[in-house]
Amino acid sequence: MNESTVAQLKKTALQVRLDCINIQRLVGSGHLGGSLSAVELLVYLYFYRMRIDPQDPWAEERDIFILSKGHASLGYYSVLARRGFFPVEELKTYRRINSRLQGHTQMDSAPGIECSSGSLGQGLSFGLGMALGYKKQGRPNQVYVMVGDGELQEGQIWEAVILQSRLRLDNLILIIDQNHLQLDDYVQNVAGDENYLERFRAFGFHAIGVDGHDFRAIDRAFQELQPGRANVIVADTVKGKGISFMENEIPWHAKKLSAEEYEAALTELKKEEASYA
Amino acid sequence: MHKLVAPRDVFGSTLVEIGRVNERLFVVNADLSAATKTDKFSIEFPDRFINVGICEQNMAGVAAGLARVGFIPVMSTFACFAPGRCYDQIRQSIAYTNLNVKIASTHPGLAVGVDGATHQSLDDLALMRALPNMTVLAPSDQVQTRKAVLKAVEHEGPVYLRIGRMECPVFFGEEMEFEIGKAYVLREGTDVTLIAHGSMVGVIYEAAQILAEKGIQARVIDMPSIKPLDREAIRQAAEETKAIVTAEDHFLYGGLYSAVCEVVAGLVPVRGVAVRDRFGESGTAAELYEKYGLTSDNVVAEVFHALA
Repeated sequence: MNESTVAQLKKTALQVRLDCINIQRLVGSGHLGGSLSAVELLVYLYFYRMRIDPQDPWAEERDIFILSKGHASLGYYSVLARRGFFPVEELKTYRRINSRLQGHTQMDSAPGIECSSGSLGQGLSFGLGMALGYKKQGRPNQVYVMVGDGELQEGQIWEAVILQSRLRLDNLILIIDQNHLQLDDYVQNVAGDENYLERFRAFGFHAIGVDGHDFRAIDRAFQELQPGRANVIVADTVKGKGISFMENEIPWHAKKLSAEEYEAALTELKKEEASYA
Repeated sequence: MHKLVAPRDVFGSTLVEIGRVNERLFVVNADLSAATKTDKFSIEFPDRFINVGICEQNMAGVAAGLARVGFIPVMSTFACFAPGRCYDQIRQSIAYTNLNVKIASTHPGLAVGVDGATHQSLDDLALMRALPNMTVLAPSDQVQTRKAVLKAVEHEGPVYLRIGRMECPVFFGEEMEFEIGKAYVLREGTDVTLIAHGSMVGVIYEAAQILAEKGIQARVIDMPSIKPLDREAIRQAAEETKAIVTAEDHFLYGGLYSAVCEVVAGLVPVRGVAVRDRFGESGTAAELYEKYGLTSDNVVAEVFHALA
């Protein structure tokens, strides 16, 4: 990944963060913490890695991204809009009546939305079914599934992990947005050790750890995916990333921005934007 | 006398029959293929069969994913496990997405017998009927079961199929045409209407014969399509007969009785023979049907109650 690509992706990530605070401020709801932790991963997938065509969103040969942590819809919709799946202007309808942009995603409600999520733990099974289907059909589509680290507490995830440990579908790539926080508390206070790399290796996965905010590192991690194996990328991220007073703060799971907080966040992001110019 | 056959047996052979002509059919099993009879399909079509393990939640999600890429998945387990063990997965990954998944559940109701209350699914129709986009079928005899499976696979969209395990009388000839949303009148009558699905169709048929001896002519309706309902057949029954008595191997709340009441509330008396707000227990199916009142005598008693 060259210098100018990295610069371009960083600009896009910043634009997505601006969208997140602008839309959340406008509509008065949305999950900032877990949207902001996933921005670089989403931007990397949608603006660099995946074979997708916003002009032909249901193309048979497209790659698939499944957002299993559906509460991150705020950032996800911004990425889809910025990629051209629907107008950026439409983000203003988020969570409002008669909108295509539901509070948690609804499959096909707008182009590019590949699953229904919101009740956690379901995306990996869904992606596994798709990946299995593509293998049976002899098609090359890749299926990327993003789950949160809190979401790993859902039992269904481990049902799917067991099956994937047997099937070893290499067209299914599990991505863990490990932002270390969940709604009530720190993940380790709720679920114990965060030794996900070891756990997945024990299941026979090829597990790759990466800094989930570093585009070059993310790209290297995806280059390390191995054929013929169950792969997982464990991305170390920061909940609320990019806005200092939100980072690693439990309340910013879904907290509403006040006018003052919005201004402070905007100032910080604008300063960052100026540094890219 | 009608011949006795267990509908479950025809389910497995029907899947094989469809698999031979429809390459999109994919069977998803959660380690019960010998019991649900999907094992026949696994032998003939190993490439379109998967045992996901004892993981019903995952089974529902995998089936949804297979449907998304163009397969017609039939996920099969006992009715107590689907919807029982994976209701939320059916709700979000199958019904809300409106994906073309067939949930074919066997061993419903008290008829399961000796396995006891944990295995006696008495709420599955209530759960599945409540979901938007879901079609709900509870066929009775083996002919109807085969045709219901064929229709369910043909139908575009999610379907819940409740497939009986208990031996039931065969009412229909091979020429019968199964339509989703259609009721089947097995016996004409103008005094009262008896409506049932699945294993209870034989029971109401027998009740009608008892009633005839007492001078009451009962219309007997087999109602395999719980959703959509044949509302017209129910309205006609309300207009042309004096009362309706439903009968089902399911809780009284939320199943056929509720569905019929929703159509004719206030128009005619409606009574229901069903399991009343309590769990089952171990016993043979016959013993349980007797103890919990799923009998022709009880249907007759409810008819007198309704006509009183």
